[in-house]
Amino acid sequence: MYSEKVMDHFMNPRNVGEIENPDGVGEVGNAKCGDIMRISLKVENDVIVDVKFKTFGCGAAIATSSMATELVKGKTIDEALAITNKAVADALDGLPPVKMHCSVLAEEAIRKAIEDYKEKQKNKVGV
Amino acid sequence: MKRSIYLDHAATTYMKKEVLDAMIPYFSQNYGNPSSVHSFGREARKAIDKAREQTAKVLNARFDEIFFTGGGTESDNWAIKGVALANQNKGKHIITSAIEHHAVLYTCEFLEKNGFEVTYLPVDSYGMVDPQDVEKAIRPDTILVSIMFANNEIGTIQPIKEIGAITKEKGVYFHTDAVQAVGHVDIDVNDMNIDLLSLSSHKFYGPKGVGALYVRKGTKLTPIFHGGAQERNRRAGTENIPGIIGLGKAIELAYENMEENNKHLIRLRDKLINGIMDRIDNVRLNGHPTLRLPGNVNMSFEYIEGESLLLSLDLKGIAASSGSACTSGSLDPSHVLLAIGLSHEIAHGSLRMTLGDENTDEDIDYVLEVLPQIVRRLREMSPLFIQEKGGCQYV
Repeated sequence: MYSEKVMDHFMNPRNVGEIENPDGVGEVGNAKCGDIMRISLKVENDVIVDVKFKTFGCGAAIATSSMATELVKGKTIDEALAITNKAVADALDGLPPVKMHCSVLAEEAIRKAIEDYKEKQKNKVGV
Repeated sequence: MKRSIYLDHAATTYMKKEVLDAMIPYFSQNYGNPSSVHSFGREARKAIDKAREQTAKVLNARFDEIFFTGGGTESDNWAIKGVALANQNKGKHIITSAIEHHAVLYTCEFLEKNGFEVTYLPVDSYGMVDPQDVEKAIRPDTILVSIMFANNEIGTIQPIKEIGAITKEKGVYFHTDAVQAVGHVDIDVNDMNIDLLSLSSHKFYGPKGVGALYVRKGTKLTPIFHGGAQERNRRAGTENIPGIIGLGKAIELAYENMEENNKHLIRLRDKLINGIMDRIDNVRLNGHPTLRLPGNVNMSFEYIEGESLLLSLDLKGIAASSGSACTSGSLDPSHVLLAIGLSHEIAHGSLRMTLGDENTDEDIDYVLEVLPQIVRRLREMSPLFIQEKGGCQYV
């Protein structure tokens, strides 16, 4: 049911882990529904220089997290915000319809991490 | 070499060679319709009568109390709807349990939408129904108690004889969905006071798409299929002759060798359970430790999700199943695991491995070698899990 790319990202996920002293962190989903994704970012001069994820969930959840981190790495904040869940799914050669929500979670996790980064920046400027 | 180990016998089994051999002549050679008067028909009639005898014998039922169906789901639907329709003048109350198969649960829900009332009895942490709860739930308008013989997910075997004694005393019909139990557990419909019993052939090395309903003589039961006079006017439709013959042969074989097979299965089952407990932390056994089906292993692994476990096992050639929502197409994990009190998180991380007679010690050794690595890999990816000096805890 999964594409070869999904299986590749499931078996060899990229960017697993957590960044120490991250510039932004986004966590979405909940264990009750069987999906949690946490994405942490390192940002320098408006560019995402490093990104890592940890995910509790099904094969598609792990693969979309992995692909989402690949897609935003090296991108500017605005470029990263423009990445949609469909882009994540397409990059994996598609997902089964019942698993599309996993790509939505991945998009939301990225957005939330960027929002967190922006919030922290605002506070820094305020000081 | 890639190994291939099948540990999903509760989903379905392979078909035994002896069963296939018994069926073969009835596809192209002896293809008569048992309702026909001529010799072709008589040949087919003789064959299904033999299968009926084989089935009746292992259940200690009478020959004319066995009705062949299209499988477990049809048997459950017929038993419950049939008793409901035939006895609604007496009352419209049905008792069942929270952990039944969907073939029973959704049939009960259908009846609820059509004016019947259903009580869903809770189970304890092992998945066991308390016979006293059955007794307390019976009212003057109760017409049927339907409690499964053994659970398909966690393998717990219910106190069927105790429940049967109660329903007999109270004069209420007793149906049991014995789809997972037949072929693995001794069943005596008289000793256990069972009035209706569902079984399905492909769970005991027979063909798919064929089952049976045992109906105690004198039980008021409305047919749900209308048409020809097959199955003594109670289940219309030309019989699945090869399937029925396969069922008969398979049920006979299952009971001939049951004691020996069960000994083998229980030994491998307990080796697998104990091996997992020894090698992996934060794991629990679901279901009763001893009052469980000989081949059933169901365990929950904290911090990880079942589908990713199944995918990883499949890549190593191991076929299993899970109660995770991700494998069922719904958002909720298994109703059985929630009914025994597991949290959603733990229920999502469940793994069911059901053994069969072709599994070996080497199969179990291989699972015990591969599974800890898979669990470790997935836990390292999980945000719920942090390693703390040999221990672990929720973040």
